[in-house]
Amino acid sequence: MSATRAEEPMERRAIISGIGQSDVGRRLGRSELDLTVEAAQAAIADAGLTRDDIDGIATYPGMTAGPPGFSGPATPEVQDAMGLSVNWHDGGVEGPGQMRAVIAAALAVAAGLARHVLVYRTVTEGSAQGSGGRQGIGGAGGGGGGGGVPRFGGSMQWTLPFGAVSAANWLALVAQRRFHEFGLTREQLGQIAINARRNAGLNPKAIYTAPMSMGDYLAARMITTPLCLFDCDAPCDGSTAFIVSQRDLAGDLDHPAVQINAVGTALHGRPSWDQFDDMTTMAARDAGASLWLRTDLTPADVDTAQLYDGFSILTMVWLEALGFCGRGESGAFVEGGANIAREGLLPLNTAGGQLSAGRLHGFGFIHEACLQLRGEAGTRQVVRPGGRSPEVAAVANGGGPIAGTMLLTRGLA
Amino acid sequence: MVANGPVLRLLPKLTDDVAFFWTSGEDGVLRFLRCHSCGFFVHPPAPVCRQCLSRDLAPEAVSGRGRVESFTVNYQQWIPGSDPYIVAWVSIDEQPAVRLTTNLVDVEPEDVRIGMPVRVVFEHVEDVWFPLFTPAEAGT
Repeated sequence: MSATRAEEPMERRAIISGIGQSDVGRRLGRSELDLTVEAAQAAIADAGLTRDDIDGIATYPGMTAGPPGFSGPATPEVQDAMGLSVNWHDGGVEGPGQMRAVIAAALAVAAGLARHVLVYRTVTEGSAQGSGGRQGIGGAGGGGGGGGVPRFGGSMQWTLPFGAVSAANWLALVAQRRFHEFGLTREQLGQIAINARRNAGLNPKAIYTAPMSMGDYLAARMITTPLCLFDCDAPCDGSTAFIVSQRDLAGDLDHPAVQINAVGTALHGRPSWDQFDDMTTMAARDAGASLWLRTDLTPADVDTAQLYDGFSILTMVWLEALGFCGRGESGAFVEGGANIAREGLLPLNTAGGQLSAGRLHGFGFIHEACLQLRGEAGTRQVVRPGGRSPEVAAVANGGGPIAGTMLLTRGLA
Repeated sequence: MVANGPVLRLLPKLTDDVAFFWTSGEDGVLRFLRCHSCGFFVHPPAPVCRQCLSRDLAPEAVSGRGRVESFTVNYQQWIPGSDPYIVAWVSIDEQPAVRLTTNLVDVEPEDVRIGMPVRVVFEHVEDVWFPLFTPAEAGT
C-alpha cells in the first residue's frame, strides 16, 4: 500500500455486476430508446437483479444538442420507459471521457446514494449518417440552409472557420506532430487498425470483419493526412449497459464480479483541442498518470488493454499515457503487431475496437474488458502465459482534451 | 495545388469578447488580449488573465510572426465542393504557448515543415478578417 494513500480508493467499493449490449449494426433502423431498453434489460438480468432492484441511473452524454445519432436517450426517458424509481440520477457530457457516467455511478454507490445503478451509452450514428458522408462537428457540411452561413460562438469558432470541422482534423494534427517528434510511421499506425480488424473477425457483432492487410491499409483514401479511412472509427447503432453495484453483491453473482480497482480522471493541461501544452498526448497524459496513483497495481500487471480508438492515433497516445511503453515509444511497441495481438505481451482492443467493431463510444471497451475478465469472450478469449485467464484490464476513453481511464479486476481485491 | 481553405468559411459570432480578434486584420495587424499586470497573452479571450488572475486586459498588436507546430492536409468533403486544404497549428513568436488553428496559404504541402516560420495574412469575409499564415520570406 502506497505510503501516500491512507485509505482505500472509494471506487473500489463498486463492482460492475451486470453487462448488457443490444444488437449492434451499421443501420438497425431501431429507435435509440428501444436499443437502450434491450441493453438495460440484459444487464439487469445478467446481474441477477430485477427492475425493482435498480435505484440509480446514469448516462453519457445525456440531453445534449450533439450531432445526429450521438446522444442517445436522456435518463428521464429511460427511467420513465422502464418504470424505474431512483435514488440517484446523472447524465452529462463534461467529465473524464464517456466513462464519466460509470465513474459517477461507482462513486454514487460507494457513497451510499444508490445500491444498483443502470449506466448506459446509446448511439444511432450509423442510421443518422444514412447514405451520406460523415458530418463534421456543429453540422458543418450539412449546408447552411437558406439563411446564409451559420455563425458559431464558443470553442468551435476557433476551428470551424478553417475547415477543421472534425475531430479527425484535430487529431491528425496530433498524429503529424508524433510523426515529427517521434518518427512515427503510417505502417506503425496501421498496426492499430489491422489488430482491431483481426480481433473483429472473432466478434459476431463487429461491423467490419473482412481481413485487412498492411497493403489495404496503406491504399485506403486519405481523410486528413496522415489519417486515412481506416484510422477513423465506424459509426454504428447500438447500446451498451452496465449495472454498477455496491460490492457486497459480489457473492450473489453467478459470474465473477468485476471490481473497479482505480480510476484516472486528472486534467492538468488546458482543456482545449489546440492550446494543450503537449501536442502529442493531451489529456490522456494526466488521466493515465493519475490512475496509477490510486492503485498498487502496475502496467506490468495488466492482462488486456481496451484503449479508445475513435482514431487510431488515440490508442497510440493511451499506450504511452498508461505506461505500457515510454513516451514516444508506442510506434516501436506496436511495430509488426506481435506485442498487441491476443497472444502477445498486451492483448489490445480484443473485440475489434471502434475501428472495426463500431463506434459504441467508449462503452464497448468497458464491455469487452468485463467479458475478458469473466472469461466469457468466446473464441477471442485472452489466455495469458501459463493458461491463466485475465485478472486485470485497463480501459481508456476519450481523446484530445477529454480523457478517462479505469483499471478493472476480476473478483474483489 | 491545394486550396487556401475550405470553399465555405463558417463565421464566428462577433460578440463583445471576441470581436476585436476577428476584426483585427482590417488594418493588417494581428492582436491578442494581453494582461497589463503580468504581460501574459490570453487566448482565447477571457475576462481574466489565466496566469495571474488580473482583470486588466486589453488587445495588443503582435508581429504576426509564428511557427508551424503541426499541419494536416484535409481531403474529406466535410464541406462539399472543397479542394484539399492545409489546416495547421501555428504558435505566435511573442508567446509560443499561444496557438491558432488556421490555414496555411499559398504553399504546397510538400513545402511545409513543422517548425517553419510563417507570417500572418488575412482573408476578409463579410465582417470577419480570418488570420491565415504563409511562409515567411527568409531574412524578413
